[in-house]
Amino acid sequence: MTQAVADKKGGDVKADPRLKLINAAIKKNKSQPDALIQVLHVAQNMYGYLPMDVVRHITHALRLPPSRVYGVITFYHFFNLNKQGDHTCMVCTGTACYVKGAQAVLDAIADRFGIRPGEVTADESLGLQTARCLGACGLAPAVVIDDRVLGKVAPEQMEKELTF
Amino acid sequence: MPDKITISINGTEIKTEEGKSILSVCKENDIHIPVMCHFPGLTDVGACRLCLCEVKGYNKLLPACTTLVAENMEIQTHTEKLKEYRRVIVEMFFSERNHMCSICVANTNCELQDMATEVGMQHVRFPFLNQECAVDASHPKYVIDHNRCIMCTRCVRVCSEVEGAHNWDVKNRGYNARVISDFDQPWGESETCTSCGKCLNVCPTGALWAKGSVQGKLDKFPEKITDLIEKRGIH
Repeated sequence: MTQAVADKKGGDVKADPRLKLINAAIKKNKSQPDALIQVLHVAQNMYGYLPMDVVRHITHALRLPPSRVYGVITFYHFFNLNKQGDHTCMVCTGTACYVKGAQAVLDAIADRFGIRPGEVTADESLGLQTARCLGACGLAPAVVIDDRVLGKVAPEQMEKELTF
Repeated sequence: MPDKITISINGTEIKTEEGKSILSVCKENDIHIPVMCHFPGLTDVGACRLCLCEVKGYNKLLPACTTLVAENMEIQTHTEKLKEYRRVIVEMFFSERNHMCSICVANTNCELQDMATEVGMQHVRFPFLNQECAVDASHPKYVIDHNRCIMCTRCVRVCSEVEGAHNWDVKNRGYNARVISDFDQPWGESETCTSCGKCLNVCPTGALWAKGSVQGKLDKFPEKITDLIEKRGIH
């Protein structure tokens, strides 16, 4: 196990102040193994993804089997093991959005930015994801850019919306 | 003492105790329900769905292994509908990955093969998915062949509950689910695996086997694990 982050004192906090907040979350939960998801939430929000060193650190601190932690991370879509783009674009591909042309929106993004769902642009500025129904079928096709929900989007609109 | 209750299975009245699963009551009364993910002594998870049965008052089918009996429950375990569903489930097992018996180490010693015979499967009516699955032979003694895995998670549970190592777990979900070792590493690089071989003995198919096993000549001793669990009194 790489000890770069996971040493006995709870990580090299000076080099990475974000670890301090993760350690605080672990402490708050008294290192209980069942606090895994809460701690992963903090780490995911802190880094935007879950670096393997941090995952190892959490596994160690909560005294959990590595495979259990990995299983939880890969089960929930909220957690990512790979670096995400600075901005995320989520296109709803639920039935209503699909019928109203979600695929055309995805194609427009693929044409302009060269990324497919689950991928990140080469300069790491934009990541593309899909979701199965946002529960906003009245807005079909719906797209979420960062925390902004756009309804009834047209494919040609995407280039403008995704230029930051 | 748990409360005594009366339930009816396939029209026969049976006296039993609260807190037992339908499956264990059926076993005690010599009613055979097909199961794949259940292993005596391990926690039941209801993964294979073969033990589904009909309970009066519920419009859903309930898995016998994880459903506890209750007073006046009326259970049907072998209706025509259930038999058909079981056949469909086994066919889905076969179509999901690669279960070509003739080239499998577990041929003639495989619970999936026996199950197909038991439920009367004659052919697979679904298109084969032909998933690309890896074979991990990085462990010095054992091999895991994901093509033969049916995701019953018996290996996961025996490793966690009996051996206490928890080398195995499941990553992703649905179609992409795979049994993983540690942080999805090659088995040979696992730090938690104790090379005890318990997972090999509980595996119902030819997904886990010792190196040197020859096609159709795999030896498995699930009764050794049952014996161990009983002697240690794990439950």
